[in-house]
Amino acid sequence: MFAASADPAALAATTENSRKKRDRDDNSIVGSDFEPWASKRGEILARYTTTEKLSINLFMGSEKGKAGTAISAMSEKVRTRLEELDDFEEGSQKELLNLTQQDYVNRIEELNQSLKDAWASDQKVKALKIVIQCSKLLSDTSVIQFYPSKFVLITDILDTFGKLVYERIFSMCVDNHSILPVPSAAERKRAYLYKLEQAHSTFIPPPSASSSGTSLEDEEMAYHFSPENVNDTAKETCLNWFFKIASIRELIPRFYVEASILKCNKFLSKTGISECLPRLTCMVRGIGDPLVSVYARAYLCRVGMEVAPHLKESLDKNFFDFLLTFKQIHGDTVQNQLVLQGVELPSYLPLYSPAMDWIFQCISYHAPEALLTEMMERCKKLANNALLLNSVMSAFRAEFIATRSMDFIGMIKECDESGFPKHLLFRSLGLNLALANPPESDRLQILNEAWKVITKLKNPQDYINCAEVWVEYTCKHFTKREVNTVLADVIKHMTPDRAFEDSYPQLQSIIKKVIAHFHDFSVLFSVEKFLPFLDMFQKESVRVEVCKCIMEVFIKHQQEPTKDPVILNALLHICKTMHDSVNALTLEDEKRMLAYLINGFIKMVSFGRDFEQQLSFYVEARSMFCNLEPVLVQLIHSVNRLAMETRKVMKGNHSRKTAAFVRACVAYCFITIPSLVGIFTRLNLYLHSGQVALANQCLSQADAFFKAAISLVPEVPKMINIDGKMRPSESFLLEFLCNFFSTLLIVPDHPEHGVLFLVRELLNVIQDYTWEDNSDEKIRIYTCVLHLLSAMSQETYLYHVDKVDSNDSLYGGDSKFLAENNKLCETVMAQILEHLKTLAKDEALKRQSSLGLSFFNSILAHGDLRSNRLNQLSVNLWHLAQRHGCADTRTMVKTLEYIKKRSKHPDMGHLTELALRLPLQTRT
Amino acid sequence: MGTALDIKVKRANKVYHAGEMLSGVVVVSGKDSVQHQGVSLTVEGTVNLQLSAKSVGVFEAFYNSVKPIQIINSTIEMVKPGKFPSGRTEIPFEFPLHVKGNRVLYETYHGVFVNIQYTLRCDMRRSLLAKDLTKTCEFIVHSAPQKRKLTPSPVAFTVTPETLQNVKERALLPKFLIRGHLNSTNCVITQPLTGELVVESSEAAIKSIELQLVRVETCGCAEGYARDATEIQNIQIADGDVCRGLSVPIYMVFPRLFTCPTLETTNFKVGRQRGLGR
Repeated sequence: MFAASADPAALAATTENSRKKRDRDDNSIVGSDFEPWASKRGEILARYTTTEKLSINLFMGSEKGKAGTAISAMSEKVRTRLEELDDFEEGSQKELLNLTQQDYVNRIEELNQSLKDAWASDQKVKALKIVIQCSKLLSDTSVIQFYPSKFVLITDILDTFGKLVYERIFSMCVDNHSILPVPSAAERKRAYLYKLEQAHSTFIPPPSASSSGTSLEDEEMAYHFSPENVNDTAKETCLNWFFKIASIRELIPRFYVEASILKCNKFLSKTGISECLPRLTCMVRGIGDPLVSVYARAYLCRVGMEVAPHLKESLDKNFFDFLLTFKQIHGDTVQNQLVLQGVELPSYLPLYSPAMDWIFQCISYHAPEALLTEMMERCKKLANNALLLNSVMSAFRAEFIATRSMDFIGMIKECDESGFPKHLLFRSLGLNLALANPPESDRLQILNEAWKVITKLKNPQDYINCAEVWVEYTCKHFTKREVNTVLADVIKHMTPDRAFEDSYPQLQSIIKKVIAHFHDFSVLFSVEKFLPFLDMFQKESVRVEVCKCIMEVFIKHQQEPTKDPVILNALLHICKTMHDSVNALTLEDEKRMLAYLINGFIKMVSFGRDFEQQLSFYVEARSMFCNLEPVLVQLIHSVNRLAMETRKVMKGNHSRKTAAFVRACVAYCFITIPSLVGIFTRLNLYLHSGQVALANQCLSQADAFFKAAISLVPEVPKMINIDGKMRPSESFLLEFLCNFFSTLLIVPDHPEHGVLFLVRELLNVIQDYTWEDNSDEKIRIYTCVLHLLSAMSQETYLYHVDKVDSNDSLYGGDSKFLAENNKLCETVMAQILEHLKTLAKDEALKRQSSLGLSFFNSILAHGDLRSNRLNQLSVNLWHLAQRHGCADTRTMVKTLEYIKKRSKHPDMGHLTELALRLPLQTRT
Repeated sequence: MGTALDIKVKRANKVYHAGEMLSGVVVVSGKDSVQHQGVSLTVEGTVNLQLSAKSVGVFEAFYNSVKPIQIINSTIEMVKPGKFPSGRTEIPFEFPLHVKGNRVLYETYHGVFVNIQYTLRCDMRRSLLAKDLTKTCEFIVHSAPQKRKLTPSPVAFTVTPETLQNVKERALLPKFLIRGHLNSTNCVITQPLTGELVVESSEAAIKSIELQLVRVETCGCAEGYARDATEIQNIQIADGDVCRGLSVPIYMVFPRLFTCPTLETTNFKVGRQRGLGR
């Protein structure tokens, strides 16, 4: 944006800007490898929930009374000022009791909205009040299980506030040209900011792409100013905010609100943030409740990482301060509170995890090994350090943890039973081990030690959460023997009282992990407990889901066709499960998916030269998967392929045994096809199977297929459903019939039926078929029939099937056969001419012309023009085509040229004469 | 609204020191041209004293309010009678902040019994038919920063049940010991008050620790002097049962408008509220 301006000053600024940017990149920008808060948010909200009733008290009711009585001499001004800060709207006191969690969340969201509203309508004081009231809620630890989620919700509001204040002051800097020396650029910037403000005032959250652009833009500007060139008004406004916040009476709101606008210190002085952070860190010491205080620290670390990630010292200070107050957790005050709320210590301690994980993550980000070691040592020294241990494991680099796995196991073992739940500790350790590898020598011992503890867990939920994580480690480093043991253990724990019913997601993820590591299915299914494990999925939807996963992996990783009975049995079972889930309500997509998976399996089954075994497998498969049409289609293709394989092996000469086998294959197809629904699927499969039968010298079977196809043609509906849309079927039918005709050429006549009985039958069917009005498809088909008949009258046919005698050798050019053929031709041609006549109406002239021409072309290509009648007919057609001036002159010219060229060939002399009889009509 | 009058002081924070030049602009804006009989600007500084009802009684307090003392009062004619064109007109002005004779330009201060205030007033006199326009604007006077370096005078304190005053039954109090120190008792007004506090022991759970800033104002009047202590600001520095033996910072930013170094002595009290209190 700035580079576009040719002004040298601006240019210099840009280069300096980019240089600074480079400098900054090194130490003060958090890289993408830092897991952002946004990704933690959702997890916390989902995990820390409550069914208890919550309350929001938006005005500390006693405040007003106290101000009136206790300090009677307090000046009126001060009192009003305090009240102004304290109460939300004049004289209102909102205490909302008995809120459900959802109500509470909605309410907070409303507050967030009204904060934005207030800001947009320039009610800055009201906005501040809202923020103060909200942060006050964080000092309330009733319904303690919900506290982490409450923290998330309220800090969202604080973030909004911080952003609003920053942007406001920032825009004041820009408005007064104090930053950019080039007015034009400033002008543009202002316009941009105006747009930005507009966007805020309408509260449409900007799309993520543009918002990231915004922050970048902002950032770019941020380098540009130093506190010296921030103008007085902006500075004054900024100071005002800080003064106002400094006079908030209560500690927690004062802390949170100040932390939320930490970034604004940039406007005041260069060292502002680095002075402010340690002070705020100290301030947290005043918070008595350890839970509240650790979350306050987490917020400070979060803001600190955002604004000044290079200030590591205060992060560390937060951590060490926390260690100093660690003993408070076991102090009387906290214990009394827990008793009052009826919360047990093992469920209380995990409430610390999100905050501590965050603090630890901030500290360990790009931290040297030595620091991590030191932190670990300090954690070790504290009594009952399970909580710390857990956070260390979840926040530190996985490699760091993995190399010290044995140490950690030792520490976990030493932890007090009554405190932080051990299964969570093992879970955290397992998560690290899934990401990074421990030293080779320790691996088995780690598994043994960990599993010894895991297997003793009584609560199935705790157990499965832990086991789920460790399965990954087991699969990664050990053989099927260990995996089998682990699976057996899981089954043992989850079967009593049908505990598996509550843990399907975990069980599913175990299966996924196992199949991700065992690509060799023969090994996988030789894990004895794998199938019994699958039996635990008793809810059908989950079961099918798991089967699908397994099949997907199979299709992806199975390279070679298999005949391993173990795999076949297991997979048939799995596929059967999938198939049986199909019912009337199953969606098309789902069916397609299942069929794809089952087909993938069928294609991978091969018994090598044992064709009979293969066929019997297909028979079995047909009986199993009869409800999925695509699978049946696949089976028919497979069987056809099997027949052709047999032919290939026998080099075309079937023995008695193979002939019988091939007939069995053909029979399989013949009885399977009618069970399909799709009409064109059936037609094409009949044709295809007929061709296969013909190739295998099963003549009567081939006849049967073709007859079946012919008898099916009248059933073709006018419209068919293709991908959910209704389409006319004629073009498909035309395509099929053309294909059919070319096969019919080589089909020998049946000795008991008349000459060309199949062609005749087909012609009858075409004749009777109800064609679309105003359609020439029928004539096009007749033209194709003419091509066929022409080919049939040749002495030797264009192609043959090996070892099958077609009509050419059967009849040997017998004159009776040719006469029959000619008769048929004449009938067909009569039909065509009849149709051309009906087209002699105004609106159809164009069709008549083009149809006439195409007929002419057919005669030219396939007919014998030495015959006078045909010659005359073609001349007539030529005239018909141009009679009404509808013909395309260029085509006509081209055609004529072609005829002239052909006539130069030695046998084609008669064409010269024809060409002379074909005048070209000039358009006048 | 036809015509608007506004005063804009050059400095955004409106803080001036004695001897400096107070400068700014008077802005006249209106849709139509404005006929006027002259515009004048007045600088005024007054000390208002009020007697406390506690020390002299209600009636005296009501009647005997001391006459305001004027520190500065001067007027200049900015524009002679005439006409402003439509639109926006800015008239710059400058006032040297000097006082006559031996009077001192005190710092701006808003107290309960003592009030020192400086205002700029701009008057536009108009013909009989239109109302006169007036705009006032407060500006703040600070005394010049002290030249000599302030030597910090740290003070340590200990609070136990024995050190508390105004306690009726000392035996009923739970035992506690609080130590702490302030980094300095005489503070630079622009710098925050800092210190530390350690709860060494406490039998009962602590609910809150608060820091109270109290000012003492003294007024001289016919009956003698009236001395009154009032709270300016109350800040919570600890919430809940804080960790024993861990220092909690004491930190307070002085509200500039309500404190004044020359007229007042600050007196700090660290109050401790017990679990049952409030």
